Parts: sequence; structure tokens; C-alpha cells
Amino acid sequence: MTTPGFPLPFYDTPGRPGAGAAVDFDGLNAQLADKGFLVTSTEDVINWARTGSLMWMTFGLACCAVEMIQVSMPRYDLERFGTAPRASPRQSDLMIVAGTLCNKMAPALRKVYDQMPEPRYVISMGSCANGGGYYHYSYSVVRGCDRVVPVDVYIPGCPPSAEALLYGIMLLQKKIRRTGTIER
Amino acid sequence: MTNTVKLEALAEALKGAFPEGVTETRFALGELTVMVDRARIPAIAEFLRSDPAWRFTILVDICGVDYPERAERFDVVYHFLSMYQNLRVRLKTTTDAATPVPSLVGVFPAANWFEREAYDLYGILFEGHPDLRRILTDYGFRGHPLRKDFPLTGFVELRYDEEQKRVVYEPVKLPQEFRSFDFLSPWEGADYLLPGDEKATTAPKA
Repeated sequence: MTTPGFPLPFYDTPGRPGAGAAVDFDGLNAQLADKGFLVTSTEDVINWARTGSLMWMTFGLACCAVEMIQVSMPRYDLERFGTAPRASPRQSDLMIVAGTLCNKMAPALRKVYDQMPEPRYVISMGSCANGGGYYHYSYSVVRGCDRVVPVDVYIPGCPPSAEALLYGIMLLQKKIRRTGTIER
Repeated sequence: MTNTVKLEALAEALKGAFPEGVTETRFALGELTVMVDRARIPAIAEFLRSDPAWRFTILVDICGVDYPERAERFDVVYHFLSMYQNLRVRLKTTTDAATPVPSLVGVFPAANWFEREAYDLYGILFEGHPDLRRILTDYGFRGHPLRKDFPLTGFVELRYDEEQKRVVYEPVKLPQEFRSFDFLSPWEGADYLLPGDEKATTAPKA
């Protein structure tokens, strides 16, 4: 259902996070009312489920964690994207590494990552997690958490605002949607 | 009594009680610093804590300072607070990397982790400490990072090894050296040679 002159709804503009998510709601509604069921591909359903239930593990290591908390608070309300903070790695799909990763913490981070079930995703949040940041030359800090775990989305900032994190999570949803395979 | 008067009285009391333990008293910025002999530290701390006139019952912090040019290179600094007199006092003693300082754990249990921290970061030894091991740095860490001769970037860095399936330590390899910025604009008297300027001083080839 598009307005003449605007071939795509704004959220389906190519390049935006969320692109490809636009759904013909009226068409779906009519189909459902007519037949009583919907027909789609398994792939679409799996992608829909994956992007719509990113249970994220709270891995707050430093001040970035405060922004991570902000994003799930009512102002930005991350849970409207179907996410939920989980305290256990065994229940989570997404790890948000929020803060400085120290040498002493690195084996624990990897252990926790290894406990997450597939498919699993990692967001590196903030300068310190991206590349050591302010502590790049320190003797005790890992120069980027990608030395320890594979990272899907890097969010710059010190700390990134809650909006930036939200944007990163939407980019990750887009990445999952675009990848579109069951195998990771 | 103002705090300055009280601190002067405290300095006199300490000198009177420990004539050979107190080597110097200093007043600066309204604070009292007492230089003491390191063997007398527990006795002086106990005096400060138990003397009914003072009752410095709170050990605020124990920290180290490194002066590499001195023979006894470390200062050990103790801060005490008296909630009864609203006073703070600082004790200082010196030591080197091999000479232990008597532990304060018997007098102030709070000294336990403070002394572990000073040991971890400076390598200062404490005699009579029940459990003197590292507290902050990584497991298996070597060196004492707050010593002036410890390099900023340390000796090892860390990454996950896909084949060994564990985190491994390797010698530090930096793609770009640490740069120290002085934030001086070249127009405002940076007195060192800027990169590229060395070409201007050599005579152009004929």
C-alpha cells in the first residue's frame, strides 16, 4: 500500500536499517480473512523469528553498559523489537560487548560466548570494545574484542548513545534478514 | 580548637610517644604528613587507632609511590581518618623492592587488600601479611605495572587462538607506536623539529 509519488514507504528505502521489512499489511489481512491462513516460505518465517526475538545477553563491562541499560528503558524501549535481556548465555542469541575488555576478563568473555547456542551474534559497542579505544596502549586491555570473539556489528562512540546502539541492533536485524540462510 | 591546632598537637603527641619512630613532621595545605621509620609502622598505627585522645579508627588507604632515582625507591603512604576528631593524618615511610614493610593487617583488617594492591602494582613486600598475592592484574601476570620502569604497553597481548580453542598470550606487536601529543601549535613555539622540517635545514642539492 504505497502512496502515489512515494514508491516505497520510508522504512523500505534501500540502505536503511529495516529495509526489506516492509510488509503489505492490507494484502496479508485480506489473505488471512479470505483463507484463514497465510502462505510463505520457511526461510521468511525463520528470518522473521530470528530478527524478532533477539535475546541479548547483558555483557556490560564499563560505562557503555549504562547506555545499554538506557536502550531497554522506556524512552527507547528495545523490547518493542522483540528483544529481551537475558542473564544467561545459554538463553541468548546476541551478546552486546559494552565496555573495556581487560586481559583478565577475556577468557571469561570467550567462555561465555562459547556457551551461547547457534545462531549467535555479537555487537561490539563503543571504542574500547572496537579497538581498545582510550586504553589501546595499556598493558592490561585487549585491543578490540574481535581478537577474542567474532563481531557482527561495530558501534562507534565513547560511549555510543542509546540511539546508536538501537541503530546497531537494527543493522544487525538487517544483516540477519539479508543473509537469509538457515546455516550461519 | 581548629584542625591546624589539633594536628600540631597530634604531631607533638606522636613525637613524644615515638621519639625514634617519627623522623619528620610536615604541614602542607592544612594537612599533616608524618615521616616514620618503617619498623614502627604497626605500633604507630595502633597508637593512632587506640589512643582515646585521637581514635583514628578508619584506615582510608594504603598506596605506593615510585621514585626510581632514590636508593629506597618506594614510598608507602597510609591515610587515616578520625571520625571523632574530624581529622585526617598521613603516614609515609620508605622501602625498596627487597625490604619488607611490617603489615598492618593485625591492627587494621582493612589493610589486607590495600597491601595486596600495593604489592601487585609496585612489588612492595609486606611482612606478616596472611595472603600476599596479586589482586588486580591478570592471572599469571609478570611485573609490577605502576613502577616507573614498567613499559606502558606491557610485554604480552592476548588473542583467541582458533586452533588451540583458547586465549593465548603473545609478545606485544603494535602496528602504530604510542604517540605523545603536546598540543602545541607549530605557529606558537613548538621547539622541536616537525616531521618534514629536517629537509628545510639541509642545503638543496645543486
